[in-house]
Order: sequence, then structure tokens, then C-alpha cells
Amino acid sequence: MRLRLKLFASFRETVGARDLEWSIDEPATVNDLLNSLVIRYPGLAATLSQGMVALNHEYVANDARLSDGDEVGLIPPVSGGALP
Amino acid sequence: MSESTLDMFKIVDEPIDVAKLADVVRTDECGAVCTFLGVARLYSRGREVVHLEYEAYPEMAEKKMAEIAREIQERWGTKRVAMLHRTGVLKIGEASVGIAVASPHRREAFEACQYAIDRLKTIVPIWKKEVWSNGEQWIGWEGQPPADLTPEKPQRA
Repeated sequence: MRLRLKLFASFRETVGARDLEWSIDEPATVNDLLNSLVIRYPGLAATLSQGMVALNHEYVANDARLSDGDEVGLIPPVSGGALP
Repeated sequence: MSESTLDMFKIVDEPIDVAKLADVVRTDECGAVCTFLGVARLYSRGREVVHLEYEAYPEMAEKKMAEIAREIQERWGTKRVAMLHRTGVLKIGEASVGIAVASPHRREAFEACQYAIDRLKTIVPIWKKEVWSNGEQWIGWEGQPPADLTPEKPQRA
């Protein structure tokens, strides 16, 4: 299935894009998506799990099921890690 | 003024006009209009800030602001709520967020206005980058895990 990913703040900077078209095998959960992202973008590994995920503009847990055409917003944590 | 159509929940990229925001929420039945401005400040945790950059997930942010207004209506009985959040580069002293709440009496307006900004900082997806003379860092969103995103339990009888 195809997903429309939205990346913000530190996630956007790490990936270098605000919008991503993403393919993943069905069935897939948010957790499967996060794992596939970390493989492609290892720079997200440290912070992706600290963030939150919005599925079609609503916060969801990582076991939420994804469907073809879903918009998935990747919401970075407070400060992207420890403060200086 | 109609009862519900003029309320505003918007991500904007121009300066916030707090007088306009107050005008949007006031009605002849409201004896109190409470406004709040969040302003870019010079010092943050001991560092001098050059400017701030705000980024939002606009579609979701506006939806979550409307959700907060519904929570306020359930809790304080007023529909007269408006919220604007600015994105882009902000100079020190410029307002990043503006909130206005109107109600028949002042207590509800004060309480609901404080609730609105606290709640906005918890569930509305907006990020802030502090830019200092010698570096920068995303600070913004003060969110919490999904379990904490449900509306606060009413504390009033």
C-alpha cells in the first residue's frame, strides 16, 4: 500500500523532505512503518521512537493498523534529545 | 454576530492582531473578554535568542484547536474562543500565539483562556526552533504520550 508521510521539525531536517510517498507491504502497523523508516533513514533511529504518530490527523498508538492512502504525520519529541 | 461561524482556529504567517482576535469572540452577552499572547522572549534557559522559527502541521493543528474549543464549551459553557498561531521566523517581542475567550463573566474567561494555552502546548502539533548566535535547536512542542492526550477531567462541580 501507499502512504503519505508528513515530517516536521527535526524529522524533516533529518530526512530532507517534508512530504514522502511511502510503500509498505500489507498488513502493516505504525510500528512496521517506523521500522521501515529507520532502515532507510538511520539518522531517525535515536529520536523516531520518542516522537508520536498522527494517523489522518489523530494521534494513534504504535499498534494502529495502516490502510492504503493514509496520511501519517511524524511528530517529533519535545527537543529532539537532551538539551545543551 | 452569529453564534458560531466567526470563531477562528488558524495557523497564520503574518503578525497576530490581538484586538481583532478579541473582536471575533465578543458578543453583547459577554461581559468578559480574556486575551493571551505568547511572545518571543530574549532569554531562554540562560541563552540569548536571536530569533525563533515556528513550524506547524497546519491541517492537524487547526483541527486540534477546534477540539480544544469544544472542550472549553463543555467545561465553561462558552463557544466564544479563537486561537491563532504564527509560523515562520519571529523576532524577539513578536507574538507567536494569540488566544481570546469571551464569556458572560470574568472567571470563566480567565480559566478557559489559561486552559486553552496549556492544552494548545500539549496537543497542537507546532514546533519551535531557538536560534542563538552560536547554534540552534528545536524546542517547540511540549507534547506527551497518547495516554495523556485525553481531555483533562473537569475539576469543577
